Amino acid sequence: MLYFIEQCLNGVQLGMLLFLLAAGLTLVFGIMDLVNLAHGSLYMLGAYFAATFAVLTGSFVFAVILALFVSLIAGMVLEVVAIRRLYQRSHLDQVLGTFGLLLFFNELVRLVWGPAGMTLALPQQMLTAVQIIPGVYYPAYRLVIMVVALAVAALLYFVVMRTRLGMLIRAGASNREMVGALGVNIKLLYTLVFGLGAALAGFAGVMQAPILTVQIGMGENILILAFVVIIIGGIGSIRGAFVASLVVGLIDTLGRAFVPDMLHRVLSTNAAATLGPALSSMSIYMLMAAILVFRPEGLFPAASR
Amino acid sequence: MTASADPSFDAGREPLLAPRTAVTVVLLAVLALVPVYAMLSGDGFALTLFTRVLILALGAVSLNLIMGYGGMVSFGHAAYLGIGGYAVGILAKEGIGSGLVQWPVAIAVSALYALVVGALSLRTRGVYFIMITLAFAQMIYYVAIGLDRYGGDDGLTIYRRSQFGGVIDLNNKTLFYYLCFALLLTSIYLVARIVNSRFGLVIQGARSNERRMRAIGFPTFRYKLVCFVIAGALCGLAGALLANLTNFISPALMHWTRSGDLIVMVVLGGLGTPFGPLIGAVAFLLLEEGLSRVTEYPDLILGPILLLVAIYVHGGIEGLLVGRRDG
Amino acid sequence: MIRTGLAAAATALALVAGPGTVQQAVAQQKTVKIGFISTFSGPTAVIGADMRNAFELALDHLDHKLGGLPVEVIYEDDTQKPDIGVQKTQKLIESDHVDFVVGYIWSNVLLASLKPLVDSKTMTVVTNAGASPFAGELCSPYVFSTSWQNDQTPEAMGLYMNQKGVKSAFLIGPNYAAGRDMLAGVKLTYKGTIAGEEYTRWPDQLDFSAELSKARASGAESIFVFYPGGAGVQFVTQYVQAGLKGQIPLYQVFTIDELSLPRLKDLAIGIPGAQEWVNDLPNETNKKFVADYIAKYNKRPSYYGAQTYDAAGLINSAITSVKGDLSQKDAMRKEMEKADFKSVRGAFKYGNNHIPIQNFYLQDVVKQGDDYVLKTVATIVKDDQDRFHDKCPMK
Repeated sequence: MLYFIEQCLNGVQLGMLLFLLAAGLTLVFGIMDLVNLAHGSLYMLGAYFAATFAVLTGSFVFAVILALFVSLIAGMVLEVVAIRRLYQRSHLDQVLGTFGLLLFFNELVRLVWGPAGMTLALPQQMLTAVQIIPGVYYPAYRLVIMVVALAVAALLYFVVMRTRLGMLIRAGASNREMVGALGVNIKLLYTLVFGLGAALAGFAGVMQAPILTVQIGMGENILILAFVVIIIGGIGSIRGAFVASLVVGLIDTLGRAFVPDMLHRVLSTNAAATLGPALSSMSIYMLMAAILVFRPEGLFPAASR
Repeated sequence: MTASADPSFDAGREPLLAPRTAVTVVLLAVLALVPVYAMLSGDGFALTLFTRVLILALGAVSLNLIMGYGGMVSFGHAAYLGIGGYAVGILAKEGIGSGLVQWPVAIAVSALYALVVGALSLRTRGVYFIMITLAFAQMIYYVAIGLDRYGGDDGLTIYRRSQFGGVIDLNNKTLFYYLCFALLLTSIYLVARIVNSRFGLVIQGARSNERRMRAIGFPTFRYKLVCFVIAGALCGLAGALLANLTNFISPALMHWTRSGDLIVMVVLGGLGTPFGPLIGAVAFLLLEEGLSRVTEYPDLILGPILLLVAIYVHGGIEGLLVGRRDG
Repeated sequence: MIRTGLAAAATALALVAGPGTVQQAVAQQKTVKIGFISTFSGPTAVIGADMRNAFELALDHLDHKLGGLPVEVIYEDDTQKPDIGVQKTQKLIESDHVDFVVGYIWSNVLLASLKPLVDSKTMTVVTNAGASPFAGELCSPYVFSTSWQNDQTPEAMGLYMNQKGVKSAFLIGPNYAAGRDMLAGVKLTYKGTIAGEEYTRWPDQLDFSAELSKARASGAESIFVFYPGGAGVQFVTQYVQAGLKGQIPLYQVFTIDELSLPRLKDLAIGIPGAQEWVNDLPNETNKKFVADYIAKYNKRPSYYGAQTYDAAGLINSAITSVKGDLSQKDAMRKEMEKADFKSVRGAFKYGNNHIPIQNFYLQDVVKQGDDYVLKTVATIVKDDQDRFHDKCPMK
């Protein structure tokens, strides 16, 4: 039972990380109608920036803040230089173009930082486990991730629901043309939204860096999961992204934890270990396919499209 | 002759020595002569490389059928390469080495999977269609990873190529090359016939305005599904050929980035043109190979090329040749 | 019209000249071509870099000649993927016409590439991968190993765990050819209870929280682990973060090495491992290797590099014995089977399956000033031979 709780926590933590990534993706998709395969590259760059700043400044916290800031700038620059020319093109062309950006960034990172990858070390205090319930020890840092991600979600909610910028974002997500017709500086709005998405993605990259990795191509696998999340949640909906991230995070983690054991009764350990993760990965896609067939707009559709 | 706005109507109106025709003819001629070159120069690798180009071009041709003409952007087309390949690999491992069994199975299973995927996916449109085809491809990718008996993630070595009772020996690289070439040309012809038939016109009509086609009375869903199945089956054949070429099959072949590669080939060459996928496949693979010999960081060049094509070029390489610029 | 002509010419030119299909002048008969396959990109690129450094150092020591012939090395990147590895192997054989193929970190890449190597009768020296099939039924006269067979090292660790009286163990490893071999290996010799066995998705699963939780829940007295490359860093880091370090001791193979040590630092102290080569082995060849490596590259070599250094020595002995006549593959093979060269691990013999019969040592992590080093603590087993040699049909 305690083990189950621990795995649920892991699932929630993964979900929170996914949310940070998916939130930016769904905003960009919802407002600018842009399929951005390079979102994973922004995630990767955030992690690399943080690792570099950590080496330069020697402080974990400084590194995180600086990386966030640089990711925001990088995102806005990318939007002005390349992304904005893709808005008018078909989704197919956007896929092609952002796929090209994905390849480019992987190679650029290899050129600048070398092929080996980097580490982001945690400060000593976070290298411990906390006993949250008697008998359940949980790594302190993972709790930090959950708390911080929730804080970001709350902040995002506040911005989207209670500020003028947020109002423009919501309006743009449900009816883009109207917002433009009403005289809002669409170009600036788009740049800001893209920058925000990039900052969120970069932040996700930074947060996971100490426990997972800072390496080339790290965005690819999680990017697909992020797309699954926004489809399930509903394109353009942050609330949808939040719920869907939790669902996907839990399914993936609990599947990985418990399915091999269940299979173990019928198969050999090797076969169970091979089939188990495969099945749990498949289950996420099956869920998405089911949702697309029965409720294509997702759980919480934002747009009136 | 003025080029009209829609390149697909240009087909009959170009002068005989238009750039596009010339490029296609030269390309076909050069491809036909590759084995001769390989024999004379002793460079066996060129033969292997170009066989791979031909096979992937076949995959691109099948994708072009649904994507270029039918407007169905499938991000899971590499799945059929894998299904075809695994059909050959699994049968070979279980002792069934005859190509006369393996290849029909490869085609049949691919068609079946396409039927299931199509029946569910074609109910959606636009980006949702893209995502759901991606989902189905990922599912089969994970199934392949889960097949412990057939190597899982490590892949499966195929020790003997498909046998055809001694009549055709696939180990003869030149013979295999011309076989692939013949199959490719046949498929291009087949696709052209389909596209120019009544069936094909319905598909193309559905691409530009589905509601109107349905209003006229065509059951577009059924037409699109048939088209989708044909494309899957054709790509399954390409998969069987690929497994024979490399004597190896692994789930990596079905990863979504490989589907991305196929899409790039089709778009690069020119959507909805008969030889576009071949041109695109040749261009993409040679670019890949060529760039990696010139620089240690090939994607620094390839990436921006793709981006520029996406932003500025309508109609891919074919579009450039026909004379269209940004419209 | 002009556009037509230009387009046609450009196409023809691009196709013919583009991928470098123009054959190189065949003038240099007297160079030996080495095809080197390893991983030079992605998270495990450090391993490839280490191997390459060691090979280049060996060539420096041999005056850039092998068996008296000038050397040309062609490096290819398998990107850790079996399908890319087999393609690059085919390119080296069919396009570059190499005389020797050296390398292979990963067992799955090696297994995928075996067929083209054996079919083309290319002399191959495997400097890391130790997949059991190629030590057994897939052994070939043309393929040699300067590393080990996958089971050997974990078997040694199992023996050590017995010596320490460890009563139960929880096993964790990646789900690919080598991972399965490693866990199977420790089960062969370890006499305690196996409290659990977990295989994780490879190479993309880097979050081991679920497996570590299971290990803790199982009540095992110890954890045995195998995670090569960057994954090793992640595993040990998460093991410490989960608070397990003081509670459940860790026994590892190939997880903590000179490549991961600089990143792990204090986290790795006190975690024992087994290896057939450690930096401080006292023979002369090794001392020179390590000293010159540090001088040239400003870091310590790992066992990947050591094994690759030996490959150069092995090939050198072969070519010397046939006086540069590379067509005499049988004679070269016979010479290589004698293992008559100066190895950094000390003298060893080959089994009938061309896998070394060698010692395995216990290594521990200690802090020397500001540096973290691996030290040999004891010899666990001498002249250990893998158990697949019976399955190999060669005499």
